[in-house]
Amino acid sequence: MTRLSARPVLLWLLGLALCAGVALRAHYTADMSAFLPRSPTPAQQLLVDQLTEGVLSRLLLVGIEGSTPAARAELSRGLARRLEDGGLFLSVRNGDAAILARDRELLFTHRYLLSPSVSPERFTPEGLHAAISESIDLLASPMGMMLKSLLGRDPTGELVELIGSLDTSGSPSSDKGVWVSRDGQRAILMLQTRAAGSDTDAQALAIARIRSDFADLASEAKLSDARMLVSGAAVFAVNSRAAIESEAVRLSTLGTTAVILLLLLIYRSFTAVFLGLLPVASGALAGIAAVALGFGTVHGLTIGFGTTLIGEAVDYSIYYFVQSDDDEDGGWMKRFWPTIRLGVLTSIFGFASLLFSGFPGLAQLGLYSIAGLVTAAMVTRFVLPHLRPARLHIHDIAPIGRALAGFWAWLSRLRLVVPVLGLAAAVILFANKDHVWSSSLSGLSPVSAADQALDQSLRADLGAPNLRYLVVLKAASREAALERAEAVGERLRGLVAEGVLAGFESPARFLPSTATQQARRNALPERDVLARNLQTALADLPLRADRLSAFLDDVDTARSQPLLTPEALRGSTLALAVDSLLLERPQGWTVLIPLRTPDGDAPFQRARLEAALDGSDALFVDIFGESNNLYRTYLDEAILLSLAGILAIIVLMGVVLREPMRLVRVMVPVVTAELIVMAGLVATGHMLTLLHLVGMLLIVAVGTNYALFFNQADRNPGDDPRTLASLLLANLATVIGFGILALSPVPVLQAIGITVGPGAVLTLVLSAMLAHRIDR
Amino acid sequence: MTFALRLAACLLTLAAMPAFAAWDLPQLMTELARNQGGRALFTERKYIALLDKPVVSSGEMHYRAPDYLEKRTLSPRLELMVLDKDEISLERGKQKITLRLREQPEVLAFVASIRGTLSGNRAALEQNYALHLSGQRDNWTLNLSPSNPRIAELVTRITISGSRQQVRSIEYLQADGDRSVMSIEPVDAR
Repeated sequence: MTRLSARPVLLWLLGLALCAGVALRAHYTADMSAFLPRSPTPAQQLLVDQLTEGVLSRLLLVGIEGSTPAARAELSRGLARRLEDGGLFLSVRNGDAAILARDRELLFTHRYLLSPSVSPERFTPEGLHAAISESIDLLASPMGMMLKSLLGRDPTGELVELIGSLDTSGSPSSDKGVWVSRDGQRAILMLQTRAAGSDTDAQALAIARIRSDFADLASEAKLSDARMLVSGAAVFAVNSRAAIESEAVRLSTLGTTAVILLLLLIYRSFTAVFLGLLPVASGALAGIAAVALGFGTVHGLTIGFGTTLIGEAVDYSIYYFVQSDDDEDGGWMKRFWPTIRLGVLTSIFGFASLLFSGFPGLAQLGLYSIAGLVTAAMVTRFVLPHLRPARLHIHDIAPIGRALAGFWAWLSRLRLVVPVLGLAAAVILFANKDHVWSSSLSGLSPVSAADQALDQSLRADLGAPNLRYLVVLKAASREAALERAEAVGERLRGLVAEGVLAGFESPARFLPSTATQQARRNALPERDVLARNLQTALADLPLRADRLSAFLDDVDTARSQPLLTPEALRGSTLALAVDSLLLERPQGWTVLIPLRTPDGDAPFQRARLEAALDGSDALFVDIFGESNNLYRTYLDEAILLSLAGILAIIVLMGVVLREPMRLVRVMVPVVTAELIVMAGLVATGHMLTLLHLVGMLLIVAVGTNYALFFNQADRNPGDDPRTLASLLLANLATVIGFGILALSPVPVLQAIGITVGPGAVLTLVLSAMLAHRIDR
Repeated sequence: MTFALRLAACLLTLAAMPAFAAWDLPQLMTELARNQGGRALFTERKYIALLDKPVVSSGEMHYRAPDYLEKRTLSPRLELMVLDKDEISLERGKQKITLRLREQPEVLAFVASIRGTLSGNRAALEQNYALHLSGQRDNWTLNLSPSNPRIAELVTRITISGSRQQVRSIEYLQADGDRSVMSIEPVDAR
């Protein structure tokens, strides 16, 4: 190495150290955060809350299969006990009858504070007569079986009132005292983690705990034929992070190895290969550091994307080594650097458009690419010449270029094929214009189809709530939130009566506001008033007052009973129902009211609901519609931004190249290649997603380099075997880098691979076809 | 003398045999199984210790062999209970409950008592009950004593009576001493 003391080298080393420091301290994630909007609407904010913090994000579903039903039930109980003791879970539910009995006891003790029927009228002679007659009539029904033993203490049927208003449909099936799937072949547990869904590390720990506890139990009980399945949003996050991490490592290793082998084969010099990879490595490191500084966290997808930089940044050093070989110092700089600089600039313009995306995932990719490419180019330009040993010579590849010259010349005779291909692609795209772009978020999901199917089946087993339609309220305090939930509940009850809704859930059902509880408690009459009223009420009923002394006792106790607090509910299933619907946020309290729509195919009458909520500033949210809307917004925005980026590139090149014909010759191959790639993907049944769009930007970034080289003002690469060979080599490196991505099972990486790989080859070939021949 | 006695005993036995063979459990079951279904009115009285008078309800029933039974209570409140194969559903006002019998062994045992009788399925009955038949073909009484302790916790005895293939009344004596009696009046099938 010579002249290591040169200032650029020192600056570079310092920069590398700084970037490495930042990258080592950066926080890495692979959760949904990359897909969440940066400036959400209120409805989107709710979606984000649910995805990162909400009940759904903490919910894990566990299925136990195999062995015998009795063994499964035993494993379910054992697992529930262990997990409850472990402290990683807020709640562990497996349908254990003992827990249900505890819940019922809690409801029964607080029935006069909880029952919506409790009012002063309820305890007048008329009110008592009506309520007790109803209870006696209910005894005629099988539904009254439960009531009979309670009649002496609860003759007005408050517990029935309470339980009757609970959502019993869709509750899980039971066998041997624990929840099982509909077909009885699987024991089911429902867990709520203590950690938020966005805390992937803690979620990974919780999931590992479930697996190890189950393995212990099964081996203790010698049940080697029992299996356990775990699903839930956290499992997806943990799995996809692991998949992306391992994929990123595997693909980078593969890609790097392949490119190194290619370069070794061509250069026949270890030093040159090592030096050639320095810009790539520096770029990748700078990219990660830039994202860590700019966004606080680095998403796993961004790292995965890093592999793509191998394919692009390595081009710069290839151009440098191949084209500058045998050059006097400075010759390459004068002749080729302006072209490369313009190529880098166009790439920056293309990726800069992503920076403006409201989709943090895209913005990260944009920043990563810009920082990476600029660094790689700068290192190539300013550092490599200093590091290059004076006597370094790479194997002369001019013969390859000369061998190709004939082919190149032949290609340019086919130039008329270009518009034909472009037109055909445009026709295909136009014919399929309604299904070019995938309209749902699932196209972006790193979750495999098998995982999604498992989740669906466990959810169906549990009758887990379908939280598609929600009414959302905000309030400054818990009390205010509960009061507003009660007010909105009043409006919704009207809709239930009219059949617009089948029902709804509310946190105020198990935790009424203090005001409501006080009103109910105040409605309870004194003992002798109640005794007198009872006497009158029972006159023509077959029940005698002296049998109801327990009722008088209970009401008397309830008159001085402390109000129900969240603490009193602690540890019961009811607390879970309240906690999942009443959320404390830094900016206040949020109430979720999930709606149940009537069975059948009738469309949900959204307008009726919105009319009923009018003036209450409660917000109606359709979660499913909202997440698809969100995605469509991203996609529309990303398409617009990309078009703006391409326009900026055209303007930039127009200004630099100054000749309209050269501009056309540079842009036509790139645009045509894009059209053909899109048409190819659509024709082979792909729906394009945001990641395909990113791939298309990459084609622009890589492809303009080729096109620019083929259209240098003064020369034609067809006449310069070395330039020709360097282009071919750069193209091969790109295709290897992206071709490997195309093999990835992670859909997002694969999407980029199958877009850029073919796109890069096409741009090179099309550029060659359209290259301006300077005939001498 | 001895011979004469033996002969007499033989004759007596021969004479007695047709009388026995004419009415036993297999025959009742065969006869019941022949009943393909129909409509009936019912009145049910529940005698509950806490109440001075029984709770009376009435309505109509519809049976279709072998596993569909519908009980429509018209008084004092409308209620519909449908037992269809493995599912029992109960509708009262706005409430509707559906249970799968497989998941509720106790409910299944209750259901089996009436369904087993209606369809003449002796094996199903004997899974949970010891059977005892008395009376004649035109006026028989079948006693079911729970052999399953979990059912015995709820019901002490079920008494079903009828004539020929027609069930006339079902009485449940509950473990807590309360009992319910349902009398059934067939409506002529059209």
